[in-house]
Order: sequence, then C-alpha cells, then structure tokens
Amino acid sequence: MTVGKDVSALFPDVVNCMQTDNLELKKLVYLYLMNYAKSQPDMAIMAVNTFVKDCEDPNPLIRALAVRTMGCIRVDKITEYLCEPLRKCLKDEDPYVRKTAAVCVAKLHDINAQLVEDQGFLDTLKDLISDSNPMVVANAAAALSEIAESHPSSNLLDLNPQSINKLLTALNECTEWGQIFILDCLANYTPKDDREAQSICERVTPRLSHANSAVVLSAVKVLMKFMEMLSKDLDYYGTLLKKLAPPLVTLLSAEPELQYVALRNINLIVQKRPEILKHEMKVFFVKYNDPIYVKLEKLDIMIRLASQANIAQVLAELKEYATEVDVDFVRKAVRAIGRCAIKVEQSAERCVSTLLDLIQTKVNYVVQEAIVVIKDIFRKYPNKYESVIATLCENLDSLDEPEARAAMIWIVGEYAERIDNADELLESFLEGFHDESTQVQLQLLTAIVKLFLKKPTETQELVQQVLSLATQDSDNPDLRDRGYIYWRLLSTDPVAAKEVVLAEKPLISEETDLIEPTLLDELICYIGTLASVYHKPPSAFVEGGRGVVHKSLPPRTASNESTESPETAPAGAPPGEQPDVIPAQGDLLGDLLNLDLGPPVSGPPLATSSVQMGAVDLLGGGLDSLMGDEPEGIGGTNFVAPTTAAAPANLGAPIGSGLSDLFDLTSGVGTLSGSYVAPKAVWLPAMKAKGLEISGTFTRQVASISMDLQLTNKALQVMTDFAIQFNRNSFGLAPAAPLQVHAPLSPNQTVEISLPLSTVGSVMKMEPLNNLQVAVKNNIDVFYFRTLYPLHILFVEDGKMGESLCTEPFLGGPEEPRGLLLTCGTPLFPLPDCTLQNQCFRVDGLTLLASRALVTGLTAGVWAASIFGPHPAGCDSCPLCFPSHLCQAQLCTPHSPIGSHSPPPTPFLPERSPRDEHFLPRPLFPLQLSLKCRAPEVSQHVYQAYETILKN
Amino acid sequence: MIHSLFLINCSGDIFLEKHWKSVVSQSVCDYFFEAQEKAADVENVPPVISTPHHYLISIYRDKLFFVSVIQTEVPPLFVIEFLHRVADTFQDYFGECSEAAIKDNVVIVYELLEEMLDNGFPLATESNILKELIKPPTILRSVVNSITGSSNVGDTLPTGQLSNIPWRRAGVKYTNNEAYFDVIEEIDAIIDKSGSTVFAEIQGVIDACIKLSGMPDLSLSFMNPRLLDDVSFHPCIRFKRWESERVLSFIPPDGNFRLISYRVSSQNLVAIPVYVKHSISFKENSSCGRFDITIGPKQNMGKTIEGITVTVHMPKVVLNMNLTPTQGSYTFDPVTKVLTWDVGKITPQKLPSLKGLVNLQSGAPKPEENPSLNIQFKIQQLAISGLKVNRLDMYGEKYKPFKGVKYVTKAGKFQVRT
Repeated sequence: MTVGKDVSALFPDVVNCMQTDNLELKKLVYLYLMNYAKSQPDMAIMAVNTFVKDCEDPNPLIRALAVRTMGCIRVDKITEYLCEPLRKCLKDEDPYVRKTAAVCVAKLHDINAQLVEDQGFLDTLKDLISDSNPMVVANAAAALSEIAESHPSSNLLDLNPQSINKLLTALNECTEWGQIFILDCLANYTPKDDREAQSICERVTPRLSHANSAVVLSAVKVLMKFMEMLSKDLDYYGTLLKKLAPPLVTLLSAEPELQYVALRNINLIVQKRPEILKHEMKVFFVKYNDPIYVKLEKLDIMIRLASQANIAQVLAELKEYATEVDVDFVRKAVRAIGRCAIKVEQSAERCVSTLLDLIQTKVNYVVQEAIVVIKDIFRKYPNKYESVIATLCENLDSLDEPEARAAMIWIVGEYAERIDNADELLESFLEGFHDESTQVQLQLLTAIVKLFLKKPTETQELVQQVLSLATQDSDNPDLRDRGYIYWRLLSTDPVAAKEVVLAEKPLISEETDLIEPTLLDELICYIGTLASVYHKPPSAFVEGGRGVVHKSLPPRTASNESTESPETAPAGAPPGEQPDVIPAQGDLLGDLLNLDLGPPVSGPPLATSSVQMGAVDLLGGGLDSLMGDEPEGIGGTNFVAPTTAAAPANLGAPIGSGLSDLFDLTSGVGTLSGSYVAPKAVWLPAMKAKGLEISGTFTRQVASISMDLQLTNKALQVMTDFAIQFNRNSFGLAPAAPLQVHAPLSPNQTVEISLPLSTVGSVMKMEPLNNLQVAVKNNIDVFYFRTLYPLHILFVEDGKMGESLCTEPFLGGPEEPRGLLLTCGTPLFPLPDCTLQNQCFRVDGLTLLASRALVTGLTAGVWAASIFGPHPAGCDSCPLCFPSHLCQAQLCTPHSPIGSHSPPPTPFLPERSPRDEHFLPRPLFPLQLSLKCRAPEVSQHVYQAYETILKN
Repeated sequence: MIHSLFLINCSGDIFLEKHWKSVVSQSVCDYFFEAQEKAADVENVPPVISTPHHYLISIYRDKLFFVSVIQTEVPPLFVIEFLHRVADTFQDYFGECSEAAIKDNVVIVYELLEEMLDNGFPLATESNILKELIKPPTILRSVVNSITGSSNVGDTLPTGQLSNIPWRRAGVKYTNNEAYFDVIEEIDAIIDKSGSTVFAEIQGVIDACIKLSGMPDLSLSFMNPRLLDDVSFHPCIRFKRWESERVLSFIPPDGNFRLISYRVSSQNLVAIPVYVKHSISFKENSSCGRFDITIGPKQNMGKTIEGITVTVHMPKVVLNMNLTPTQGSYTFDPVTKVLTWDVGKITPQKLPSLKGLVNLQSGAPKPEENPSLNIQFKIQQLAISGLKVNRLDMYGEKYKPFKGVKYVTKAGKFQVRT
C-alpha cells in the first residue's frame, strides 16, 4: 500500500491520529498499526489506551473494529493488556462484537497459546457454541477448530448430541462461510448409532443445493462419512445416493479452479462409492479448451467409471483425445485405452483394434505409448492378441523412449517362438547395448535368455554375447547380478532354468491404480481439504506433522446390520478373488517376475531382510521409539476395555465389612469358571501397519493365560510368515508357543488365533505396570504396538491370603501403622502420616472413608495389594478400573523390603476437603462400582453388581 | 485459514499484497512463477501449488492472478470461492477488475479486503453489506467528500450483518418498484464429426434485479418446475418450501443477484439449435489445405439465431488462411493461430458459409489433428429447456410492483469436432 516505502518513521504521528471520529481515518490508522507495530514494539504501547477506550465505544462497529485490530498486532508486550477488553467483548450484548471477539481468541492463541489458556478464554469460546446468534456460533466453531488444529490432544471440540443440535440449528441460519465451518465441525463427530447419523444427514442434505461450492463439498463430506453408518437396506440410503450425484456434477460447471478441486474429490468418491456417479459418465468428457489439469483429472475418472455398459462411448471419446494437440494428454489417453482393456474384459478386443488404428497414424509418441499399453494387455490376456505382433514389429525403428523399447523387447522375448526373426530383432538392439538405459538392458538380457530357452540351437552365440556384455562390460550391479544368475542357471541345469524363466506369470490386475482401502477410508474423511487434492493423508505433508489426528470412518452400527461386516465395505477389492493376481508393476526395473517367481505364486516378493532374522530380535530398535511416544496417544488408542466393564476383572470382588470376609470372598469369586474377558479392541490399526489390523484381548482359563488375537488383512496383497515377540515386561509375560497362522492371509480375510502365554520371560518394570510391548512380523514388515493387559489375568485361582500377610508387609502392623499407597508402577513406599483406624487410612490429614486393602497372590511369586479409597482425582469411575485408576494397587515381592524405595516427588492425593462431594455416599450405579459408597449396608449390592457383570 | 493475498498481473509483477496474519515474504510467489513457467498457457497453471512451508491457491480472473497463501489445512474450495468473491467485489465496485482499476482505488481495495476477511475468516462478503460499510467510489461522491471532508466509510453497523437475512439491508426505498428476472440458459455440447451429439446439457441461471421498497416476500412459481431437479440456490430461498411445493419463496437481496442456477441434462430435453457442415482437409506433401464450413438452423423453435461467432484454433503448421465468407467477416491471427468468423444472424434462405484455402508451412508434415470449432450464438425470448415462469406474487408490502421476465438462450461451451 505504501508502494514498498518504509513509513515506520511516522509511527508517533500516526498514533496521534488514532483518537479521531472519522471512521475512515481510524480504519487507516489501524491498518498502519497492524503493519508497523511489530517494527516499533515500544511505541505500539501508546496505542493500547485507545484500543481499550474504543472497546467501550457505544458504536458496536467501533468496538468490533478495535477488538479485531488488537488481535492483529503481534507484539507480546501488548497482548497482555488486551485480555481485559477481549473478555468484555466476548460477553458484549451485540452479537457482531461477540463474533469478532471469538475470532480474536484464535488470533491471540496463535500469538500466545499459554496466555489464552490461563485466561480461560477457551471456556468462554466453548460457551459461545451455544450462543443465540448463529453467526457467533459459526465463528466460535471456526475459532475452536483452528485452535484445536494446533493442539490435537486438547479435545476442545468435545461434541455431544446437544452441541450437535445447536450447530445444526445454526447451520440453517448463518452465512455461507459459517456453514462451511460448521459442516467441517460436524464431520469430526461420530454419531452414536445409525439413527442419529440419519437424522444429521437429513438436516445436512439441503446444503447440497447451496450456491457456494465449498458448502456443497463440505456437506458431501459429512454425508459420505455418516453414510458409512447407515444400513444399505435402508430406503434412506438409496435416496441419499441419488441426492449426491447432481450437486457433484454441478460443481463441474463452475470455474476451472473449482472444477479441479471438485474432480480430485470426485475421484475419491468414485473409488469409494462408484454407484453414485455411474450414470454420469458424459459430464466427464473432455472439452478441448479445458485447462490441462482438468483434462487429466477427467480422464482418470472416466476410466474409473468405465464399465461394460458405457465402454463403447468411452472408447470413442478416448480415440478422439488421442488426436489432440497436447502431448501429455494424448499419452494419457492412449494409456487410458489400455487400462480400459484391462478393466473391462469384454472390451479388450475393441481396445486392441483402437490401439492398432492409433499405431497406424505413425505419430511417434502415440505409437510408443500404444506399445507400452499393449504389453500390459498381453500380460492380462496371454495368448489372445498375438496376431498384432507383426504390426508392432514394423514400428521397431521408431521407438526411442526407454519404456517403449523395453516393452517391445519384452514382447519379442515373450513370444519369441512366434516371431520368425526374433533373434535378428533382438540382435539389432544388442548393437547399442551400452547406450541403452538400464531398464532396456535388463529387459534385453531377459528376452535373449527366453529366446535361447525357446530356440536353443540358433541363438547360443547371441546369449553368450549378451551374458558377457552384462557381466563383464557393465558397471551396473543389478545387470551384472542378473547376468550371473542367468549364466549359472543355464550352465548348471537348463531344465530348471526353463522352469524358472518361462514360468507362467501372474496376471496383472486392474486395481493397480486404486488407492489402498485403508488410505481411501481415511481420505474420505478429508473430502474438501488439501489432503483430498493431494490424495495423501495430512500426516504425509502437513508441515511438522503438527496437529495431525488420524481420522477414520465410523464403523457401521450393528443394530440392523448382521449380514455385512464393515471390512467388506471398501469398494473395488473383491474378497478372496483371483489370489494369483498381483498389482501390475509400472516399471519393468522392479519386475523380476521373469526371473524369480516359481509357480505357484503366493504373493509379491516383498520380504525385507528382517525376515531372515526370524524372531531373533524383532524388538531391536523399534520399541525404543515406541516407548518415546506420548503415553496418552497410545493409551487412548490401544487400551482394551472400557473402564467400567473392566472393573470386576481386576479386583476379586473386595467387598465385605471386614478384611477376613473380603479374602474369603476373593477366593470365592476367583474360582468362578472362566474369568472376565474384555471385548476385543483394535491394538494395531491397519493404517499404521501397511494393511494388517490386529485386535485382541487377554483371557485366563484355569491356570493358563492366553492372548486372543484377530488378524485382518486390509491390504491388497497376501500376508504370510507371521511371528510375534514381546518386550520384557513387569510380569515376565512371554508367548509360550510361536504364532501359528496356518494359511497365508489373503486380502480382506480375518483369522482368529489364541496365543498361549507364560510368565517365565525376563522381567523389567514397565510404565504403567501392565504395559506390554509387542512386535509382530509378517512378509511385509515388522510392526510394533503396545497394549495394556488387565492384571486379573495374572491372579492365580487359589490366591487366598491371610489378613496377616496383608497387614504385615503392607501396612506395617498396628503399633506403627503405615499406609502404602502408591501410584501404579511407582515403587512401594510408606506414606509418613498415615494412620490406620478401623480400616480407615489417614493420609495427609485426609480421611479415606471405608478404605479397604486387598491382597492377592499373583503369578510368579508376586503379591499385589489393592487399597481402595476415594479416587484422588475424584472422578466417577471406579478406583480399581484399569488403566488410569490402578493408582491404588500395589506391587511388591516379599523379598524387597518395604520402605527401601524413596517416595516419589508427586503427592499422591490432591488437596481436597473431606466434605467434598466425592466423599459423600451416592446412589449405586451398577456399572460404576464406585467405592465411595462402600458403606456396609450398600456393599451387598455392590457384590451383586459384580456378580451380574461376571456372569454377563 | 487464508494468510495472505498477492495480486499478480500477466507480466509477473506483484502489484498488491495483503496479509491477514503475520507477513509472508513475497518470495513465496517464486514457486508460483515457477509453475507458471512450466505451464505453457496462463490458463494451465495448477490452482493448488505446494511449497515447503505454505500452499498457494490461485485463480485466474480477467488477466490477473489472485494468489492466496495458506499455511494450515483449509478447504481449497473455500479459498477459491472466496477469491472469486473478491474479484466479483472489485468488479462490482470499480466496474472492472483490472490492474489499473485496482491501483486507482488502492485505499478502497485495502479497506475492502480488511472488511472481507478477519484473521483468515470471511467477515462480510455480501455486496449489500460491503456497500453499506464502504461506499463505492463515484465522481459525485468524491467531489462531495473533498468539499465536506466526509468519507466513503459508513459509520454504523450494517443492519443486515446479523439479522436472519444478512443479504438484505433495511430501509430500502424506491419510487418505482420493479422486479425483473432474466432466465439465461447456456447450452454446453460436444458434437462429433458426423453431427450427432456426444454430450449436451443446459446450464441455466435466473438472475434477478429487484428494486423493491421495504421487506417484500416474493414467491416465484414455474409452469414446469419438474424440469429443475439439480439446482443451487441463493441463501435467501426457503428450501423447505421448494421441497414441498416447488415454489421459490424468498425475501430478496436488494439489487442484482443470482437467484438460482440449475442444470438440465436429460439428453432428450436438450435441443441443439444449430448444425455445422464442415470439410477441413490438408493434402499430403503439399503446403495447402481446404477449409469449408456452413452453418444452418436446427430445432430453433421458430426464433432467429443471432450473434453467431465461430472460433477455430488452427494447427500450428498453418501459416495463413485465404477465405471468403458469404456473410459477416473473418480474421485469422497468425501468431495464436485463431480463426474468428463473426457471422451474425442466420437467414434460412441463404445459409452462411466460409470457404477457402489454408496455407501450411512448407515441408512440415500434415497436421494429425483436425481443429474443433467453437460456436457462440444467442436466441432471444427462448429458454431452450422449455422452462417458463408462471407467476410472481409479493407479500408483506402494499404497493404493486412492476414485474418482468426475459428469456435468453446462449451457447456455452459448444464444440463441434471435425
């Protein structure tokens, strides 16, 4: 605005003009301040007074202007002064000011996050979500999303059905931009069942007719995500599918930039749910004056939508494109014809003849591209279209690109027996062997070996020539190695060589260019964002990986969905079909198939070097990095059972008025046949493990512990060679037998395994105590994950212990009562002023009412004592629930003397008044086995509740 | 959210920059220039470019690039929509969205940008509201301002800003109350060599010009609303009413706005009003070719087709063209190789044609591809889809407005392959 001149010298004079009544002047001064305050931080203080004054101006426009400008002045010294005015503005009577202030909180957070948290602005912002004015709601939602993006763990946007309802109401009334923010917020919510999902969908659907394309696409995102939860039998599901098509098509009539983004998203949608746009093929036909980026995207979608029904139209179009001016586009069009042939079998013949027509045009790049795709067609339909080889050979001389040359050589080698002069053709290539690219050299080597095996008499000289060229005159190790292998094969056992080199090749499949189902599912959650433009999850490109939370589609609810499992949802991956189909390799370099695939083929040779190492040291480096992870991240995703349900698992029913009752009870419950088993939880999401998903749980069945695993293959390739290993852990858990997966795991297949565990492994104390780090290996890679096991699996069935044991080592005896209250995993230590009165501990002057101690025998000579009392955090859940509330459970061995460990620096109990509500008896809720209500008369009910849970 | 905006002209000068958060150095635009260089044509610059620290999202409007810089995950469509809105606003304020106009009104431009976006969040993008905040420059106003010292900036909070109808300002008063609707339909079509339709659809819009006092509540009904199954509405339209009764019911913004846009794609409904007979051929091994096209009416519902223009991008090897039109005039630009034939009206008695010779570069191989013909035309008083407005009712106000509906059909992206 200043035409590049630095006018910061005028700062004092400009600031003097600030207190003017002329609004235009005021605005310009503010604009100046925003630009130059940073360069003159000391002078900027002068402006603070005016800001504070303007924030109290009777004109809401000026109040809003002041609060808006304040946030843009990025000077630390000033920010503190601005908190008070901002607080006032957040509660302003005028919604215009409130909505401006909401955005200002986001600005301030960007400058000084700590300050915003300390001042409690975040809570005020959350309150604004329920504001009466829809614009304020939208801005608050936008500000919260922006803040949440930089703090992924903060859980700022804690959405519940009430707040969702408010957002949906605001959605109808706010501006188009507000609608985008609200829709994006909604997309992060996971409805609790299909009914809720449907009702949200119903209220979002009208947005599809909005004139603003960003609103439309955000609405599409919400619908695509929530649709996942709806049953396919539902009428509404079909209606929704129908409603989605028109708005998507309409996006394509907008400006080219909008078209591009829309097309990238449609590409994802078409892969996920091809049924939506299957009748709309024609809108993707390319116009000659479309920008090139739009053309290429349209072409890609055309191929994805190609089917038997419309293939004739598609081919006619593609042929038209192949005569266009733009070289890149023409090449892609020719390739597309090949892809059609592979995708739609019925059309293969027509595609081949179209390609031949194109070869007749003799346009150089068209011919080369056509030969490359014809090679792929041969791979898909062997022995079907060999009649065209003669035509191809005519164009041998015009090929100058490595890929086309390599493809041609492959064809000659593969069909050497049908080409009379194959040896001459290959020999002609051999002349300039050293000038060829590696790709061509490798292909030539293989082709000549093939030729030799097919016509050994005439070509002996040729093969010797190429082998010596490859092994002696080449610097390329790949080429040399391949040469030596062939040489040795041929010299030792020509029959074996024939079996290896001329082995039947696996077919290539159409799925090459499909996005992996797990990635696709994640990308669907990012429709409309940059991630969808790049087709990469944000973690792959957002700078520093900051603020990246993996999103996943909500699982389909089980209510009326018994026939279809969620795993079958991804489109395009036919379960268990064509097990010998492998993805086509784009480059021939990586394609050693000629060489090393003996039949039957079970999967692509992707094994890494770790496979040979077997189970020796899978845990080597991987676990260290795992341990470095933030605990909440892992705990949050991997923890097994819902806390309430796990409650009875790890305590042996510690109820009763006295300790002796307690122990009797314990043994009684402990011997119930089959202990509690937590439902299976996902330990290793497929996203993190290249398609392998592991879920599981732990069980204890009469004296033996086992880990029940469920392995699901969500990748496109077969998985084999499974092995498992544990890191050292607190109780020496180790697999008692190797992991037995009998058959290779084909895509979309699931296998259930029960892995027996022993407790004889080496011991190392973990944090938290019941943390288990596991490494799982398969033919693809080694994956690490960690999980928490419920301690009850370690409890022995006859773990009856005397009262004395309990009081003596743990509590120190009546004359010198000591409470041994520890947080989980920290060593046992005595608390200094703890007194034992009627089984009540006094800790730091606090009475823990009706506290109990339970001591149970654990496997491997370990004793555990659980001491119950009000939970320090005063939360509603049971103090005994795993994992966060294990804090009162202790662990010590009889051999380690108590008191030898130093107390941890953190206080065990927070300052809390005994009159605190958490100490008061409250009505018993069956699943929240809160020990706060452990009065004798209630305990009986608690026990009954345990029983019901154990039985269920 | 949107971090910064750079305006770049065709010669690659950054002539305006605006930052809503911290300042981003101009050098970030180098990535854009790099992409621009790679793309042969200005129109082919990819709209989303990633750089090591930022993302550049750009649009190309009226020979200007609007390049926005973003740093976090933002819906690109949101940014693109917003940029188009900025360009629309400039157009609205200055009559044209050109470098000169923006430079002349640089203060207003900054004021506008400041009003439109706050910390990357759109604030006020409705033209009605913006005009209340910042009055558009007129000669009269600038004279008055320079005498009285008052400013272009409104000093009260725009009333519409927070109401449930943010698009309408309060206290509108007219002496003549008028409501006009233009039903404009564009035919997008691809016709293949043999003259059969490969693809055709109608992109229709209803633009309204409403000058009504007070708070009128309008409802517009159609003779055949079932035609409209794929529509995008202006926010003012009550969606429920449309769903249940197929009536457009709304409180309109003041002035010009786009009421709805719609798409009719069922093949049988799209009539193609013109046909083209063409014969373009290049001889092997000779430096000339023949060019012959004739245009005739077809399914024009008895209306005259006017304003016909034919544009052809000839192959690169074409040096010059020697043609004779029976009607209108033609130009051939030897640099861009674009042939433009301005035909005018079709009279069915004598069909317009353009014939002649094409001179090719000698020695060059004959062009592989045949050029596509791009055709523009216009038919007044006809909506080709058959859409007809039935009636317009007004509630809420007492006066009797003057109402009018106009229909126009145009060619959109109408291409004939040869």
